[in-house]
Amino acid sequence: MGVSFVKVYKAYCNKLFLDNMVKENLVKDVVKEPYKYGFVTDIETEKIAKGLNEDIIRLISQKKEEPKYLLDFRLKAFKKWQKMDEPDWAGLGYKQIDYQDIIYYSAPKQKEKISSLDEVDPKLLETFDKLGIPLTEQKKLTNVAVDAVFDSVSIATTFREELAEHGVIFCSISEAVKNHSDLIEKYLGTVVPASDNYFAALNSAVFSDGSFVYIPKGVKCPMDLSSYFRINSGDSGQFERTLIIAEELSSVSYLEGCTAPMFDTNTLHAAVVELVALDDASIKYSTVQNWYAGDEEGVGGIFNFVTKRGKCLGKRSKISWSQVETGSAITWKYPSCLLLGEESIGEFYSVALTNNLQQADTGTKMIHIGPKTKSTIVSKGISAGNSINSYRGLVKMGTKATGSRNYSQCDSMLIGDQASANTFPYIKSQQPNSEIEHEASTCRISEDQLFYLQSRGIEFEEAISMMVSGFCRDVFNQLPMEFAAEADKLLALKLEGSVG
Amino acid sequence: MQSKMKESDPILEVENLFASTDNLPILKGVSLTVFPGEIHAIMGRNGCGKSTLSKIIAGHPSYNITNGDIKFSGENINSLEPEERAQSGIFLGFQYPIEIPGVSNLEFLRVSTNARRKFLNKEELDTFDFEELVKEKLELVKMDHAFLSRSVNQGFSGGEKKRNEILQMALLEPKIAILDETDSGLDIDALRIVASGIKKISNAQTGIILITHYQRLLDEIEPNYVHVMADGQIIKTGGSDLALELEKKGYEWTDNFVKET
Repeated sequence: MGVSFVKVYKAYCNKLFLDNMVKENLVKDVVKEPYKYGFVTDIETEKIAKGLNEDIIRLISQKKEEPKYLLDFRLKAFKKWQKMDEPDWAGLGYKQIDYQDIIYYSAPKQKEKISSLDEVDPKLLETFDKLGIPLTEQKKLTNVAVDAVFDSVSIATTFREELAEHGVIFCSISEAVKNHSDLIEKYLGTVVPASDNYFAALNSAVFSDGSFVYIPKGVKCPMDLSSYFRINSGDSGQFERTLIIAEELSSVSYLEGCTAPMFDTNTLHAAVVELVALDDASIKYSTVQNWYAGDEEGVGGIFNFVTKRGKCLGKRSKISWSQVETGSAITWKYPSCLLLGEESIGEFYSVALTNNLQQADTGTKMIHIGPKTKSTIVSKGISAGNSINSYRGLVKMGTKATGSRNYSQCDSMLIGDQASANTFPYIKSQQPNSEIEHEASTCRISEDQLFYLQSRGIEFEEAISMMVSGFCRDVFNQLPMEFAAEADKLLALKLEGSVG
Repeated sequence: MQSKMKESDPILEVENLFASTDNLPILKGVSLTVFPGEIHAIMGRNGCGKSTLSKIIAGHPSYNITNGDIKFSGENINSLEPEERAQSGIFLGFQYPIEIPGVSNLEFLRVSTNARRKFLNKEELDTFDFEELVKEKLELVKMDHAFLSRSVNQGFSGGEKKRNEILQMALLEPKIAILDETDSGLDIDALRIVASGIKKISNAQTGIILITHYQRLLDEIEPNYVHVMADGQIIKTGGSDLALELEKKGYEWTDNFVKET
């Protein structure tokens, strides 16, 4: 895995974080990462043959009993993809992906039609139990509805009836294709067109499942909605697609979690998420990404190439992305906002933690099109081990974006002396009557800070995780309550030596 | 100089301590014994090794002990981690308290207090119980409750930082407190508050080492012993009158002292 970064700011500090060798070793111990979601569920799966061609796409579409317009959408995307080149502008170093060596559809074998959760394979329920996402009626989380996706298919969605009473549709995207075809046809691909980028085109051609959310006019979704993505097969990719539509004056908070087993091969995950917010609607989309990151030598781990974008179509609409990215061997992800509606608001709050040989290239694009639009970007990158952690973002003020404002803050924290942190902010303004503000900082946990906490009886490891979570505070404050606690724990876990 | 007739065992014994950083010798044979209830003052020019001595006792990783021992309650602590020393009851009040962005003062104080309580086999406190305890201690240093919700020392004035140190001392109830220039940067009112806080916290079981340049702190807290340090050694030890004399004559007066053996 050769790292082809040339012009990176290799953060080599003269006064190293810790001077003596004892502490150097301690740091190495501390940032060792235990991954407790690495188990594989032994379940009979239906897999199609490896490889990618028109027949495979027809087969996927056929398996899902899709209408013709969707098959056409896929085939068109595939044609575009074939003409595109894999992007390399992020300078990520990874082994060439052989797209013919991937299985594009893998599903646990289940009864043809499942009418209730009781009919879901107990092994699957057990898997989600183990992941802390119980699905059964007795045990399900009380304040959040969950759509559980296993490899290529959604296996269960909780609280459907309760949500339906409010007119909220929450189901797998495959189901939405069947039951809410009009909405799919109207919105699918309108935020992230198939031609947007290489991985979006690939996803458009082969996407298997994902979540669909529709919040009707004037409805404040009565509970948080959540999708949990689980990769189980080592040789199949996951290509989920999520579409969320918030009608006028509606609001929803959506959470997304993901884990995968530990394999020594790399698994491709190329998702697309599209959000649409109409007048006065608000969508809050939070992610805790904890895909398997590979081992200390960089063997295995998920390649996470994701396109997430929200369209603030309506006036005073708001889309807020918050993400905690701790997993994946490679993260390539820029949740963005197209601010079309007058006075619409886009937000991006991000914590990205990389360790060992992980690479993260993440950030956002805030495209101000309408007048008086506002965006806020707060990004916190933490790099430990030999990892590379980059913020890459674009703020663009279009010609009509008069009176628009952006504020960006990008902070990096380095742990140890082998990690690197980069910030690539791109700014394009075609509107003189708009404001763009950018702040950036790089810090290192200083020996004095550590000593101060230790001299108050706080253990070395706890001191580090305290400072890391302090560093991320601005972002954690944006996460839904339980998520914030989970994120805090997750970071501590990633940084601790021996937590079971 | 020190009385041979002590009823209890010493809290802290520094025995012929030599220490260096980056191979540069800083301490060149320091000996110091503190018994319960005693207040020691250490004075001396900048760079004489006062602060280094305090950091080494607290376990700062940048310094290597090349010779000699530090004993706490009779046990050698040379190789203990800073947190182990703190948990067992050694407190260092920093000359320049460190800012920790994003970490709330309340949470920091609670985690720290619980680490000490755990060592003492006392029950750890949850946020609510801790709030009660801390409220009571805030009184001692006349600090406003609002300080608790701010990040540790961030944006605190010099005086607020020092008061926050004494608040920590009050919560941790150490057996020995080494206060490194706690008086520097304080106006007269703040000095009185800090001094009275220190006096209220200390008792017949605790030992205190005050590192200072000024008589004014010693007017508030009268030491039993005053030590003068120069070039990594204690060159003279006396009673509280030594500080007064030093105040009058300045450090130049001590230039001709040779180490008393």
